[in-house]
Amino acid sequence: MRLTCPLCGVRDIREFTYLGSAKLLERPAGDAGAAVFHDYVHLRDNPAGANRELWYHGMGCCAWLHVVRDTRDHTVLDVRLAQEDPA
Amino acid sequence: MSRLPDGGMVDRSKALKFRFDGRLYKGLAGDTLASALLANDVRLVGRSFKYHRPRGVLSAGSEEPNALVELGEFAHRLPNTRATTQELFDGLVARSQNRWPSLRFDAMEINDLLAPFLAAGFYYKTFMWPAAFWEKLYEPVIRRAAGLGRLSGQRDPSEYDKAWAHCDLLVIGAGPAGLSAALRAGQSGARVILADEDFVLGGRLVAERQDLGGWTDQVAAELDSMPNVTVMRRTTVTGAYDTGTYGALQRVADHLGHVPQHTPRQTFWRIVARRAVLAGGAVERPIAFPNNDRPGVMLAGAVRAYVKRWAVAPGRQVAVFTNNNDGWKTATDLVAAGVRVTAVVDSRSGVTLPKGPWRGFTGAVIQDTAGRQGLRNVTVRDASGTRRIEADCLAVSGGWNPNVHLTCHMNGRPLWREDIEAFVSASGAIPGLAVAGAAAGAFSTKAALEQGSAVAAEALEDLGLTPVPLDLPEAEDAPVKTSAFWHVPEGRGRAWVDFQNDVTVKDIQIAHAENFRSVEHMKRYTTLGMATDQGKTSNIAGLAILAELAGQTIPDVGTTTFRPPYTPVQLGVLGARAQGNGFAPTRLTPSHAASTARGAPMVEAGLWLRAQWFPQSGETYWRQSCDREVAMVRGAVGICDVTTLGKIDIQGPDAAQFLDRVYSNMMSSLAPGRVRYGLMLREDGFVMDDGTCACLAPGHYVVTTTTGAAGEVMAHLEFCAQCLWPDLDVAMISVTEQWAQFAVAGPMSRAVVNGVVDPEVTDSTFPFLGCGVLTVGGVSGRLFRISFSGEHAYEIAVPAQYGDALYRNLVARAEMLGGGAYGMEALNVMRIEKGLLTHAELHGRTTADDLGLARMVAAKKDCIGKVMSQRPGLHGPEREQLVGLRPVDRTAKLTGGARLTRPGAEPVRTQDEGYLTSVCHSPDLGHMIGLAFLRNGRARLGQTVQAVDFLRDGTTLCEVVAIPFIDPEGEKLRG
Repeated sequence: MRLTCPLCGVRDIREFTYLGSAKLLERPAGDAGAAVFHDYVHLRDNPAGANRELWYHGMGCCAWLHVVRDTRDHTVLDVRLAQEDPA
Repeated sequence: MSRLPDGGMVDRSKALKFRFDGRLYKGLAGDTLASALLANDVRLVGRSFKYHRPRGVLSAGSEEPNALVELGEFAHRLPNTRATTQELFDGLVARSQNRWPSLRFDAMEINDLLAPFLAAGFYYKTFMWPAAFWEKLYEPVIRRAAGLGRLSGQRDPSEYDKAWAHCDLLVIGAGPAGLSAALRAGQSGARVILADEDFVLGGRLVAERQDLGGWTDQVAAELDSMPNVTVMRRTTVTGAYDTGTYGALQRVADHLGHVPQHTPRQTFWRIVARRAVLAGGAVERPIAFPNNDRPGVMLAGAVRAYVKRWAVAPGRQVAVFTNNNDGWKTATDLVAAGVRVTAVVDSRSGVTLPKGPWRGFTGAVIQDTAGRQGLRNVTVRDASGTRRIEADCLAVSGGWNPNVHLTCHMNGRPLWREDIEAFVSASGAIPGLAVAGAAAGAFSTKAALEQGSAVAAEALEDLGLTPVPLDLPEAEDAPVKTSAFWHVPEGRGRAWVDFQNDVTVKDIQIAHAENFRSVEHMKRYTTLGMATDQGKTSNIAGLAILAELAGQTIPDVGTTTFRPPYTPVQLGVLGARAQGNGFAPTRLTPSHAASTARGAPMVEAGLWLRAQWFPQSGETYWRQSCDREVAMVRGAVGICDVTTLGKIDIQGPDAAQFLDRVYSNMMSSLAPGRVRYGLMLREDGFVMDDGTCACLAPGHYVVTTTTGAAGEVMAHLEFCAQCLWPDLDVAMISVTEQWAQFAVAGPMSRAVVNGVVDPEVTDSTFPFLGCGVLTVGGVSGRLFRISFSGEHAYEIAVPAQYGDALYRNLVARAEMLGGGAYGMEALNVMRIEKGLLTHAELHGRTTADDLGLARMVAAKKDCIGKVMSQRPGLHGPEREQLVGLRPVDRTAKLTGGARLTRPGAEPVRTQDEGYLTSVCHSPDLGHMIGLAFLRNGRARLGQTVQAVDFLRDGTTLCEVVAIPFIDPEGEKLRG
């Protein structure tokens, strides 16, 4: 599998590590309470289809990437820098 | 000798000697081991897996189920090598497999007589009980009786390699379709890789009498000469993976008698292709009939290949058994080459056989064969009755199966095509891969050439290249005329479907009768299609027979799942360059040379090597050195390399705010020139790491991490900055390797530091937890007054290239004051005495409260992990809390990992109250001490617990004490 890093170009999957759902981008405010944080830390959708997720280009430019991947066949639908606003 | 007087792609001037089962033979350059054995009239080459039946060569390619040999000797021995693909070289040594004492007289042939008892499911039904017998008796006996080749049992001395390749178009297979595809793409300027498992290009073109004249050689030469085309012979594309990535095994030196030094035997390639063409051809299928496994029964296309390519007649009297017109070619080709053909037997009625010097039978089948160690005759049955026909070779053609394997590696399922009675690839099964030629069900040479050219043109246009027109040679265009015929239904004797696993038609019938009716269940119950050939010649026949039994169509029954690799890949090549340390770097500290010169043994810390201790003359045991070094630091001064700790430089106007959010404690209140101990939590509330944070200037910080967590913390901080708070203006970079850093610890540390820094430091310019930039030996360096030993101590940092010089200077100065270098063991003892933490305590399951650091989670601000750390159950008396332990009997030993219970409690899981994490002998106290997590430990100071260690020293009574063990007020730090 290969990912297109917006900074480095097309690279093999071994340069990247997977963190998890891009839900982690939406950190609740500090006063949101334990229930909201529980949802943020632990609860995940498990879609058969497009999944928004975070990858780290640790063996490249150290950018965190926001990847949209089809979980059924690994088609990468979109890659952007995590610090950008989602499309 | 069965070598024909002329023809063949062999070099008759180059004789090669080889040994098979100890006997010396001669072959020719260009031979495979199989063609050379057949040329020497060796027809019996192996014994079957279960029944130990005599077996000969079936095929001329990688689909071979029978002719497996052990290649090479001693540590180089490679079992299950296919004789049909192994190139002959001078001095080759091969042995037959699965026989004892010899191939001709195999004692285990008795299994063949027991065959009625050994059918599918035999083991499952027979060796049920007693259960204890399975491991001790049944399995060893069965394993000895059944099997393939033997491993050498020694370390494989061969070298292997891994490599990457990139191209516009990967062409898999160099038959007519692959050659035309590669040629057109190459001429159009694309970067092309053409891979073929064979050592000559051409595929069936080099095996058939109807070749294309000199076209194949001419194209091969042209492709070899093109700078934009890489021709990879002896290279099997083994798997198709995501995003145009293909695995490929290149046999670099398997065909060489002597492997040049530093040449890998095999290389495993990862080929990244923008587009790919699968032109992998087709595999001929046998027909199951009674006793169809005798040496001499071969695939018809293979018989033609031996005659044409290697000028070897596999028999003196050849009979042909076919269900299709393609099989007829075998008779005409052989007669043209001067080989006698005794009969052509066609299962179809109402077809008109070609005329020739043979007896023709239509609507006829082979009902039996004879010849114990090699075929002597076959029994033909047609409407008029049965008769025996002399034949020492029977060429069988049951039609052709397109090679769909690669297109199924990403969940694709093949489609059944009624007109050619075969499965073909579904289109689009692998993104970017098109199928052409026989692999796509186009069986004529003309169709293959045209399809190859056409799919190459499509791929080129996809890539924005302009395909040039390609002139194709005249070629045969015979339509496929076949009538499905899988097995001869009547007749006595077993009819083999899978030769390699000894699966017969009857086994499939048993599986069906016992309700193993899904094709996947049938496969596993009978073992059909398993082992090294993965059923390339047997799968389709197996499921056709199952379909017949179930009254279903073949597409309804479906296929089993094709998975990589297409042909076997040795584990050695997959693990290439990963033996031992492989490519893992060994990171050396700036003090490495000076430390090894002093005889310091090294210990791994992550990828780093660190000095354990520095032995002096007379010291014979590590504890002597360690205790001396502790006393030296506590009494005078010691020097220790701490470069390995992670160092991250953080800068920006919002750096302070950022640090407040990632550390649990407040960092924004840290003034320039000050250092603070910091704790980081994970978002789930558990402790991730600890370290120091030094403020060098407003908006400029250097934070440290533990050695092992440096990479993890760096990725986490990048995550926080990029993903959570991209609005904060902050930047960070790892500077671990850029700065050499040394601890200078002990009551005389300031004297040593002042010998190298300018200006000199005093208690008022550099109080405890002060830091700053100053000149060190003429270069700009940094000084931090921090301590991991409990002593008055500094850490001094210079750019890495000055590290060796500074270290030697510091150690020399320390030695003049009665101090010197100390290693990891002494460092560890002193930090345990002070109750300071490492990843033995910060192991991912402890909270700030467990560690007695609850006050470090600041109440006034949010930080990563704060909310979740306040969950019920993560603090309070039910938690295991960090305490000190010392043995009640001061001479007793403590062991790390020992479990804690109340004194006298039964040492079982339900009584467990905690565990020891770190232990050492304290030279200051004169006995062992330990750090431990104990349930409600902070409230149990003065109580007694017992430490239980079943692995080592049994049970030790311990007293719970407060930490630190020495200097609880920290007077030495500030003094």
